[in-house]
Amino acid sequence: MLTVLLILIPLVTGLLAFGLKGSGPKVLGLISSLASLAVVAGALFQFRAAPETLHVTASWIPQLGAQFNVGLDGMGVMLCLLTAIAFLLVFITIYNRNYENPGSFYGLMLLTQAGLVGVFTAYDALLFYVFWELALIPVYFLCSMWGGEKRVPVTFKFFVYTFTGSLLMLVGIIYLYLQSPDRSFSYTTFTNLNLPVQEQSWLFWLLFVAFAIKMPIFPFHTWQPDTYEQSPTPVTMILSGVMVKMGLFGVIRWLLPVLPQGAFMWADVVMVLAVTGIIYASCIAIVQQDFKRLIAYSSIAHIGLMCAAIFANNEQSLQGIQIQMFNHGINIIGLWIVVEIIQSRLQVKNMDQLGGIAQYAPRMSIFLVIIALANIALPLTNGFVGEFLMFSGLFQYNIWLMAVAGLGIILAAVYTLNMLQKVIFGEGNALTATTTDLQNSELLALSLVVIVILVLGVYPKPMLDLVGSTTEIVNKVF
Amino acid sequence: MINLVWLVPVLPLLGFLINGLGRRYLSKSQVGIVGSGVILAAFAVSVMIFLEVRQPGFSTQVVTLFDFISVGSLHIPFAFQVDQLSALFLLIITGVGSLIHIYSTSYMHDESNEGFARYFAYLNLFVFSMLLLVLGANYVLMFIGWEGVGLCSYLLIGFWFKNTSFNKAAKKAFVMNRIGDLGFLMGIFGMVVMFKSVTFSEVFSKTAGLGAHSNYSVQIAIIATLLFIGAMGKSAQIPLYTWLPDAMAGPTPVSALIHAATMVTAGIYMVARSNVLYTLAPQIQTVVAVIGLATALLAAFIALAQNDIKKVLAYSTVSQLGYMFLALGVGAYTAAVFHVMTHAFFKALLFLGSGSVIHAMGGEQDIRKMGGLKKFMPVTNWTFLVGCLAISGIPGFSGFFSKDEILAHTFADNKIMYILALAGALMTAFYMFRLYYITFCGSFRGTHEQEHHLHESPAAVTIPLVILAVLSIVGGYVGLPEVFGVKHWLAEYLSPIFAPSAPFAEAHHLEHSMEWLLMGISSILVIVFIFLARSKYIRYENTGREATGLTKVLENKWYVDELYDAVIVKPLGMLSRFFRDGLEKAGIDRLVNGVGRGVTWGSQQARRLQNGQVGFYVFAMVIGIIVLFVIGLLL
Repeated sequence: MLTVLLILIPLVTGLLAFGLKGSGPKVLGLISSLASLAVVAGALFQFRAAPETLHVTASWIPQLGAQFNVGLDGMGVMLCLLTAIAFLLVFITIYNRNYENPGSFYGLMLLTQAGLVGVFTAYDALLFYVFWELALIPVYFLCSMWGGEKRVPVTFKFFVYTFTGSLLMLVGIIYLYLQSPDRSFSYTTFTNLNLPVQEQSWLFWLLFVAFAIKMPIFPFHTWQPDTYEQSPTPVTMILSGVMVKMGLFGVIRWLLPVLPQGAFMWADVVMVLAVTGIIYASCIAIVQQDFKRLIAYSSIAHIGLMCAAIFANNEQSLQGIQIQMFNHGINIIGLWIVVEIIQSRLQVKNMDQLGGIAQYAPRMSIFLVIIALANIALPLTNGFVGEFLMFSGLFQYNIWLMAVAGLGIILAAVYTLNMLQKVIFGEGNALTATTTDLQNSELLALSLVVIVILVLGVYPKPMLDLVGSTTEIVNKVF
Repeated sequence: MINLVWLVPVLPLLGFLINGLGRRYLSKSQVGIVGSGVILAAFAVSVMIFLEVRQPGFSTQVVTLFDFISVGSLHIPFAFQVDQLSALFLLIITGVGSLIHIYSTSYMHDESNEGFARYFAYLNLFVFSMLLLVLGANYVLMFIGWEGVGLCSYLLIGFWFKNTSFNKAAKKAFVMNRIGDLGFLMGIFGMVVMFKSVTFSEVFSKTAGLGAHSNYSVQIAIIATLLFIGAMGKSAQIPLYTWLPDAMAGPTPVSALIHAATMVTAGIYMVARSNVLYTLAPQIQTVVAVIGLATALLAAFIALAQNDIKKVLAYSTVSQLGYMFLALGVGAYTAAVFHVMTHAFFKALLFLGSGSVIHAMGGEQDIRKMGGLKKFMPVTNWTFLVGCLAISGIPGFSGFFSKDEILAHTFADNKIMYILALAGALMTAFYMFRLYYITFCGSFRGTHEQEHHLHESPAAVTIPLVILAVLSIVGGYVGLPEVFGVKHWLAEYLSPIFAPSAPFAEAHHLEHSMEWLLMGISSILVIVFIFLARSKYIRYENTGREATGLTKVLENKWYVDELYDAVIVKPLGMLSRFFRDGLEKAGIDRLVNGVGRGVTWGSQQARRLQNGQVGFYVFAMVIGIIVLFVIGLLL
């Protein structure tokens, strides 16, 4: 029941928000996200006590054999927790901002949340596909209506990319459905298909391209920097913090268990792409002047490592990637919050025009330093444990691949410290001298981020335990 | 007491939190008391721990706090290991650390209240990380401290963050350390694969169990190499040493604590800790010795021609670290740790002395513009002289005993290396006394205003100097060589740490007469070189002429920075710009946009087909059927 509630809360409040005006949608958004967080907390306890009660099956489209089949495993609970925290952080951060047409803005945001939770809970392939689209479509509207100057062509590019992926995935799902003996979309049916290797081989690409675009990994990534740059920052936070996890989640939940031999066959190719992406994106991040694009490329590099870790497929790499999904989400949202604050104060995102902010806004600068360090996986921040386990897993798969991927650690230090130097250190200028320090809502949001960073950095055990069961399952079938 | 070992790192952490969070509300004296007080308290606890550890029959104790990472068969607890090695390092870190904190309360007094608190917060955080590094009971915890000290070093080098060149120095230090860290990390992964554990006790017992001629010698050598790459970064060895001289951009007490006494010796600690791995990989041990010796000589050459008081000391540090690796490389683990200790005393003394000089000179660091400071600052002068005598290895001073032990072991191992190492020691004596005579003797060469302001530093500065000077003299007596007919206390104390590797080490034996001879030769030559420096520099005049020939090359540090810039930094920038402008924009993105435009164009064409004429539709349908029919026939 909690699982259904988790989808229903944002869905209903989202639809309600469309009808509200003034500060109504804001307040509703905040209440809704708090309610979601409370339900996730309940689910967390439920998961420890009686995980099977989180599964709900109801009739949906009986003619097709599609069921409303939702449930939560360890990874699912974790990603729903991430989603709930992410939306709460976003709504707190933008509480003092005013968006045109707030009813639609908050409505679309909440619908996205419903779609995301649906993706993370669906145990029916058709339902998964429907939620996948439900999560994406509001984002197109958000980008094209509230985005930057170049929003129209950029949204179009984003749309073409993701829509292509979705179509391929739909074809793949239908094909799998047609192979199923009992004409069903259910997860258990799909995982028991045991298709011949030849079929698994090409089906792999149908599904993988959809997930690869969403992550995104090299060379399917060029929509991302543009979209991150042009979207309104709250949307970027959701896109980079939570939505990219849809792709990674899709691979772990669906692709590996359904097409294990296909995945095994192509693992090397995917790993080479992913590792190439780490170096490629890190290098580009070094020579970015735009704050938002720098974070975008940094994210591509990090996702590359996470993708490689999935396909290394051993206990350590799988544990690492899963907790990194959560930690990467928290950290990158923290970075975007700082970007949003700077941009709303100074209307500038070119880092060459910034500098010296540490003198004028010391609190914000301290937060930026901590989050940036978590983003480069400094020990005792949340980023370290995941990266350590992923690299360790990668090392076991192939030392040389790990060594190349490891160069990303060094490059990450280069672009992150460049960024800190350009933005907060050095002498100030007439523009940055006007920077005011954090408002209360911003302070609250950033404090929450830093608390998560430090707590999970020092004591990651609960999170590792949570996702342990999922690791076991994936490790067994693959 | 051992169970309270967690107090040692927690106290500085507490100081960091109080000073960091209270930076707007605390006065300077409160900040100073908290900052120095926590380190003194940690020192007190360390002393009590040490007194327990030095008892005969003490066996290693591990204090586990909680489970850090636990995945499958891999368990990494958050645990501290108290043994002879970590107890000794605790004393050095908190002891020298306390003195430097007290010194800083005076040295940093011109900072704003917030800056002062920020400084002490960083310094406390550094001590916390350094203590984690030496207390960790496994390599992951060591790595946590390892990167933590790197971060604090970054924050403190760039402490005056408005200055862009200081920021660059800080960045360089962090990035170069990260190169080493990647090696360290891979070494850890190697252990995970090979031993399924990263805990010291398990790794060492399993390694020793494998023995000298096992099938796993290659794997052990790989792990030892990877760990050593980490040590190269942290302890500034060729090729990763160029960050350390630049790190002098930080406040001088920071240079004393981090870039001389403690952090940079982390690499020596790591190799000494892993002595079993290295003893079982003799080829890698040779590599360690060669790199250490090469670094010692290269840096000593550069130090001969530097004119910045802190740069001379920085290259001297690089050079002395090289000696410590040489010791590790020839299997003289005790000598290496011994030299870490004596070096911590005299190098901290020299740096703090230089800080006193720099303060008196109003921020001037160029020794060509100093001179004759002896009469203005007697305490600084005398303590600095003690430091110079100690580092040069004058008999009776601490540096003599530790350096002599390294040289003797090198002689037993390889005669050529011994001659080179001795040459380096003579250069050390020369450049240190060049520094001393130019700075403290002769006549004053600065401005009138500077001369007017010259004064001895206050007690918070001079008391630590005096204490360190005393330690620089007596610190050597914990390791009197056996030819004196006494027991080498330190060797006996540390023997449990190096016991596991003892069965595999080659035994070198040196005749007592030979040892006396070596000692005599090096002592006489050192004194000769000090007099050479005296005759050349005691009446130094600043001619202002540009250096030429070899001196110019040395002044420019062998042009290694320029080389790295041309070979690594510039190509990386070019590659990155090619990725950004070439591949990304003109390649992948254009392709994707092309496909997008193609789709748009295609759909516009397709729309024209729907022109509303029924006749055209029928025609198209017929064509379609014929095509399908033909395809059917062909298949």
